[in-house]
Amino acid sequence: MDLQTLTYIVVGLTFSLYIGIAIWARAGTTGEYYAAGRGVHPVANGMATAADWMSAASFISMAGLIAFQGYDASIFLMGWTGGYVLLALCLAPYLRKFGKFTVPDFIGDRFYSSTARIVAVICLIVASLTYVIGQMKGIGVAFSRFLDVEYATGLYAGMAIVFFYAVLGGMKGVTYTQIAQYCVLIFAYTVPAVFISLNLTGNPLPQLGLLSDTADGTPLLLKLDQTLVDLGFAEYTAQKGGTFNMMMYTLSLMLGTAGLPHVIIRFFTVPKVSDARTSAGWALLFIAILYTTAPAVGSMARLNLTNTIQHGEVGSPEGNLVYAERPDWFKNWENTGLLQFEDKNGDGRIQYYNDKNPEFAAKAESEYGWKGNEMVKVDRDIMVLANPEIAKLPNWVIALVAAGGLAAALSTAAGLLLAISTAISHDLLKRTFMPDISEKNELMAARVAMAGAILVAGYLGLNPPGFAAQVVALAFGLAASSIFPVLMMGIFSTRINKAGAIAGMLVGLLSTLLYIFSYKGFLFIPGTELLANTPDNWFLGIAPEAFGALGALLNFVVAFAVSSVTAPVPDDIRQMVEDIRVPKGAGGAQDH
Amino acid sequence: MAFRSDEDKKAYWRKNLNLMFVLLVIWAVVSYGFGILLRPVLDAIPVGGVGLGFWFAQQGSIYAFLIIVFVYAKKMRELDREFGVDDDE
Repeated sequence: MDLQTLTYIVVGLTFSLYIGIAIWARAGTTGEYYAAGRGVHPVANGMATAADWMSAASFISMAGLIAFQGYDASIFLMGWTGGYVLLALCLAPYLRKFGKFTVPDFIGDRFYSSTARIVAVICLIVASLTYVIGQMKGIGVAFSRFLDVEYATGLYAGMAIVFFYAVLGGMKGVTYTQIAQYCVLIFAYTVPAVFISLNLTGNPLPQLGLLSDTADGTPLLLKLDQTLVDLGFAEYTAQKGGTFNMMMYTLSLMLGTAGLPHVIIRFFTVPKVSDARTSAGWALLFIAILYTTAPAVGSMARLNLTNTIQHGEVGSPEGNLVYAERPDWFKNWENTGLLQFEDKNGDGRIQYYNDKNPEFAAKAESEYGWKGNEMVKVDRDIMVLANPEIAKLPNWVIALVAAGGLAAALSTAAGLLLAISTAISHDLLKRTFMPDISEKNELMAARVAMAGAILVAGYLGLNPPGFAAQVVALAFGLAASSIFPVLMMGIFSTRINKAGAIAGMLVGLLSTLLYIFSYKGFLFIPGTELLANTPDNWFLGIAPEAFGALGALLNFVVAFAVSSVTAPVPDDIRQMVEDIRVPKGAGGAQDH
Repeated sequence: MAFRSDEDKKAYWRKNLNLMFVLLVIWAVVSYGFGILLRPVLDAIPVGGVGLGFWFAQQGSIYAFLIIVFVYAKKMRELDREFGVDDDE
């Protein structure tokens, strides 16, 4: 059977599974729609959280980042998992005990202020909407590459599926489809990794293959270092960026992970406080399976790619791949424009090396007759998708990877859209503007808001703003600098009051926006940058993406300062804070 | 709330904060410490062709995070029971 038909069958099967679950898990009440009736088993919730969290970026892009940045990409591995420690220890159990439906719910009640609630809703919508654009793009790309349909058609198909189970089932439908999507995506990610690890190192476990010897007895990572240095690249395992920036970047990702609303609301679905604690552990376990595999996928893909092109000795005339004899995957990815070749020295062979390294470039030109790197474009995102083809794995594995990428993008998109729509129907309508709305009408409003959010996300996916790739940094920066600190202070301090929280949130939000915009242009419009985005210009060497941690610090400082000079927290709120610190009685707080 | 006394309530919260503090120190040491700051020192111990610091940055820290979260869940359950504030139905 050819690849095309196989892919249609595999993707078709997974999609019918999602639709079947959607019909089974319809939501009848707002409690079911917002929190799946709080009856989700902690292990099941952990699995759904893992799918919710692992986006197209985790599935498709992260291994590519690791492949090209080596050790420096450790910030993503530690940052995107370490946040779960903060979630499990500092946020999830207390917010579950609080027993409401959304993150702005807590912020509004704890700081007894509609203003605080609305600021939280704005942060939530900006963070979630920017994030969802990337998922929509991921869906479109996966469809167009693997099913050979138009990008737009693929996007409509994805929107229709999400519409079906998210509008019908709310959190309940999303939860159970996410469990299925987790199974599909983790299988699709690990199967090729196992095969490739076995091929290269003889060890079937990628986590161990990463540390094993290759066929000639050299350890994999040493061999990769050597291969790259021979072509003028930096060593894979060497640290290239500044140490302080690395630490701030990691911290920003951790705080952002813990502060992203679509992840937090997943912990409202378990029955008890103690379940929220264990469920965070299960979520991290399911995430760790992919995250500990990714370094193996990244390093092995880089080695395979480099060795395919430079299959012989560096500098010998026969050492490089003849362009006319390039493999099929090379041609396929050339068609998408994500891989581009230019025969600069006209020898009909491909030279892939670092021509930005002046010493090596000079040597390559005078001794080998190379006239520049001929792989003019190697998009990082193709590494995971092309990996099984590069390693010559059977067609069904490639079809599986397509279904896995779609599962990752769909599950995260649904989670984000749910966070957006509940913020509108619950926090804005029910809690702020129309407190008298009936349960039935609120449920209807939630469904209309979901449908609207899908349309907006689809529109943005079809017409992605030029800054689509950069806004993910913005989502994490906002979550880290505005949402995470107020949640922490709301739980662990009884002194932070309304004025302190609002001032802190605004300072965190605005300082982070200002810092990112100064280097990337206001609203990311090219030409409006205040300073060139280079490490020399960065404040204390902190990259714009890594500023969230400093924004969070400003938030804490301002909140404490303002709270100490304004009226203290009322007694009933103080009582509420003391109450959420104790697990007993979470069941009673379920309905309100 | 079902604490026997105000002292109990304070003791429960203090024990929780102490446990959190210890675990968060470990959390910071395995990632920011072993994975980044102390990598040059730890890399003296070879693991699979590279050093222990590299292993912590790309593998070990994640395993440590997992252990931290499950240890916290277990210890807190014991603490909840000790003070009679667990959420068992």
